[in-house]
Amino acid sequence: MSTTTSALGGVIRRKEDPALIRGRGRYVDDIKRTGELAAAFVRSPFANARINSIDVSAATAMAGVHAVYTIDDVRHLGPLIAQVPVGKLRPLLADGAVKHVGEAVAMVVADNRYIAQDAVDAIFVDYEPLEAVVDLKDAASDRVKVHDDLDSNVLLAWVGHEWWADVIAVEDPRPKIEEAKQRDDAVIVELEMVNQRLIPVAIEPRSVVASWNEGYERFEVYSSSQIPHALGGAIAKTFGLASNAVHVRAPEVGGGFGCKLNVYPDEILVCFASMRLHRPVRFTETRRESAVSTIQGRGWVATATLTGTPDGRILGYELRALTDMGAYSQNFTVAIPLLGLWVSAGQYDIPAYFEAKCVVTNTQTTDAYRGAGRPEALYYIERMIDAYAREIGMDPAEVRRKNYWKNDQFPAVNNTGLAIDSGDYETNLDKLLEMADYEGLKRMQAEARAEGRYIGIGLSTYLEICGFGPSVLSEIGFGWNNYGLPSSFSGSGLVRVNPDGSATVIIGTGPSGQGHETTWAQIASSVLGITTDKIRVSHGDTAESPMGVGTFGSRSAAVDGTATYEAAVKVRDKAAEIAAHLMEAAPEDIRFADGGAHVVGTPGRVVTWEEIADVAYRPHRGPDGLDAGLEAHAVFSPGNATWPFGSHIAVVEVDPETGNVEFLRYIGIDDCGNVINPMIVDGQVHGGIAQGVGQALFEEAIYDDAGNLLSGSLIDYPIPTAGDLPSFELGRTVTPTDVNPMGVKGIGEAGTIGSAQTIVNAVVDALAPLGVKHIDMPLRPRKVWQAIQDARG
Amino acid sequence: MTVNGKAVSGSVEPRTLLVHFLREDLLLTGTHVGCESGYCGACTIHLDGVPTKSCMVLAAQADGCDVTTIEGLAKNGDLHPVQEGFWERHGLQCGFCTPGMIMSAAGILAENGSPTEAEIRHGLEGNLCRCTGYHNIVRAVEYAAAKMRGEEPAPPEWETDLV
Ligand code: FES
Ligand code: FES
Repeated sequence: MSTTTSALGGVIRRKEDPALIRGRGRYVDDIKRTGELAAAFVRSPFANARINSIDVSAATAMAGVHAVYTIDDVRHLGPLIAQVPVGKLRPLLADGAVKHVGEAVAMVVADNRYIAQDAVDAIFVDYEPLEAVVDLKDAASDRVKVHDDLDSNVLLAWVGHEWWADVIAVEDPRPKIEEAKQRDDAVIVELEMVNQRLIPVAIEPRSVVASWNEGYERFEVYSSSQIPHALGGAIAKTFGLASNAVHVRAPEVGGGFGCKLNVYPDEILVCFASMRLHRPVRFTETRRESAVSTIQGRGWVATATLTGTPDGRILGYELRALTDMGAYSQNFTVAIPLLGLWVSAGQYDIPAYFEAKCVVTNTQTTDAYRGAGRPEALYYIERMIDAYAREIGMDPAEVRRKNYWKNDQFPAVNNTGLAIDSGDYETNLDKLLEMADYEGLKRMQAEARAEGRYIGIGLSTYLEICGFGPSVLSEIGFGWNNYGLPSSFSGSGLVRVNPDGSATVIIGTGPSGQGHETTWAQIASSVLGITTDKIRVSHGDTAESPMGVGTFGSRSAAVDGTATYEAAVKVRDKAAEIAAHLMEAAPEDIRFADGGAHVVGTPGRVVTWEEIADVAYRPHRGPDGLDAGLEAHAVFSPGNATWPFGSHIAVVEVDPETGNVEFLRYIGIDDCGNVINPMIVDGQVHGGIAQGVGQALFEEAIYDDAGNLLSGSLIDYPIPTAGDLPSFELGRTVTPTDVNPMGVKGIGEAGTIGSAQTIVNAVVDALAPLGVKHIDMPLRPRKVWQAIQDARG
Repeated sequence: MTVNGKAVSGSVEPRTLLVHFLREDLLLTGTHVGCESGYCGACTIHLDGVPTKSCMVLAAQADGCDVTTIEGLAKNGDLHPVQEGFWERHGLQCGFCTPGMIMSAAGILAENGSPTEAEIRHGLEGNLCRCTGYHNIVRAVEYAAAKMRGEEPAPPEWETDLV
């Protein structure tokens, strides 16, 4: 059976927007609970110190203060649960020592935030400062240890061919690479490059409000989370409750980008306080606090070596990285570099060696930030391909083309032993070069250079891995097992046609702006033929959805979207039986479109969804033996991840007098397989590119040697403004995947994974006549200016 | 003060910010708090007709002023052209910056009915958006400007429109 109309692939305006543009959207901080109290935290000013004593007496005595808690009150709850518990787990409050600036030491609960803050200021902590270690190489040497009870600051090393040696056998690429290096004509390029630490800066600060009802023995929690089910699991496990005794909702969430893909101590502590005080308790972080209380991302220092022939054939690529974990491990912390490993060789069929050491430092924890490991990995390979192309004097587009996986090689098993599902890299590149008028750009550049102008053309391609599967990956931590929710990263979709013929779709995602209400309505509509305005989509609610993995890793459409598609098919098949009964036809001949069912070849006869639902909920009117109701749930466990890809070009002009970088054009061709709503897909790419631009040009979490975060405000940590960015020129190629029935891959992170290196390649290209080979990000004017001065001697 | 056309009064502590008064006393939660320090613009309202960051104003300072918040922008249920533009041109994703962004954009168009792309971008520099890359925000403001001039807005950039 198939549908006669499809809402897939077309643009409908977002169902989310009418509330949001009127100021009627409800974010966590907009949802007030009767009698709620406000929490605030005493945070460490030291990156490494012993705590000799904490004096809370003055704060406790203040009017309007309900409680002050320290580790002694919550030690019995154990440390914060992490999904990948390698390294030092974070105590809920500092336990005798602090290991980074901003670590929570004590919690105040008061009538309101003003009083809570006054009480925080009245708490005296006696610290004994110790030497901190911030620099990655320094930390990796174990000269200063961050935690006395860990053997080393180096927690583990991810190695490309060994990451899952018991299951996937991959040949060690190093002998081949060594052999290549011995060739007489070997061209070897090596660069040490920093992929700097970033602060995610969702515009909505994190917020959580928890309320314990002793009578019902139930928590009600609202949190600005990308993973409400995992949070519910963590709360249940911490307090020894069943998962259905914790109702977590993530209402509107104001941007996530990975920073809300975590369980935070404050989320557990407001629950604890609510249980003690019998009042709802809220915590909303301030912007400055967010910089140290919410995870950061990236933070790699790596040496990349590329070996090739003089005519552009790459014979070996090696990346040896130190990656910064921060002080404590939270949700996925040490797993992030693994995501980079999987795409470390990009779109290329080359021998590649990858090694990433996970190093603890006296800084805030790192974890997933948009792209999570993949932008770092692609940055290195794509910077190196450019450096190599320059070295051998070959066009960087041609070097890439020469080393691509070819179409007849898919599924292509890469250097990590995983199979890339599908790809068509040349078509994608050709389309980009054509849309950009690459040859014309090169002519324009040559003319500009003759006039003494510094114009650069930066090209980069990317490979992404998302929609993680197969489900067997849960055996190495890819699931919510540690939160007491045995699961892989399967998708969940529940589709219900209501008695009045409208439909409700309940999914396990936790979006923060990705437009799931719209996209999922389109998915269900395409199967059921119910118009999207009659479909309501609910997400981020642990009481509604039996399971939920959340929204991250560009996974939602490919995994939860597929589950919804499959659930909708089940509902449709059942409805077909009812419709067939009503129209005295065979179920195989029923088609759904335009709000009802009709018999193939007889378009005039229609039974509406109202009529079908009427029978479904009053089964005596239906065929004998009808299983009443019109609802189905599906769990989809993908057989493989999906592997989107794309190519981007940036054209920039560098002002040699100021070092300022100005965009002339930015062009991207992305391939995320089939597209459900092109408007939403393009919007995801726009935002993704903007974050890549932020990393390339502006953003850096700067710590001084003592571990102080020097860039904790939006003035010191400038994210791109409207005036910093150009309009983007986007196009796409469509290479569907066969991993799921809709052929969709994922697009949330693509723009970020593809862009930072594109821009750096462009700036280095602009300055190539001066002999500049590399500048570390962010390419702020002063740094670029300095590189120009150094190159000019 | 007058808020969205209605006279309101209340007594607040001297240190209460206008944004907290709007959100907590008047329950107008469409005005958002992203930084409480004047950088992000999520709290932008119109104070006597001028786009203003309400986290930088004490409630007491706004005594006697005319305040318009995002909730008061649509008149008689009709969206302001800027609101319509944001919907029609996908000018928002998470929506958190959106109320402030819309208030600022409405301010730009009140001053200049035919802004260039550069003028729109410059005019929005005090409002941060982490989701959209601003591309569609600029398209949304261009849409609204055309509408306010009584012209047909440029068609959207995407190809397959189902509505
Ligand atoms: S909250 Fe007012 S500018 Fe950010
Ligand atoms: S839409 Fe999310 S910050 Fe602008």
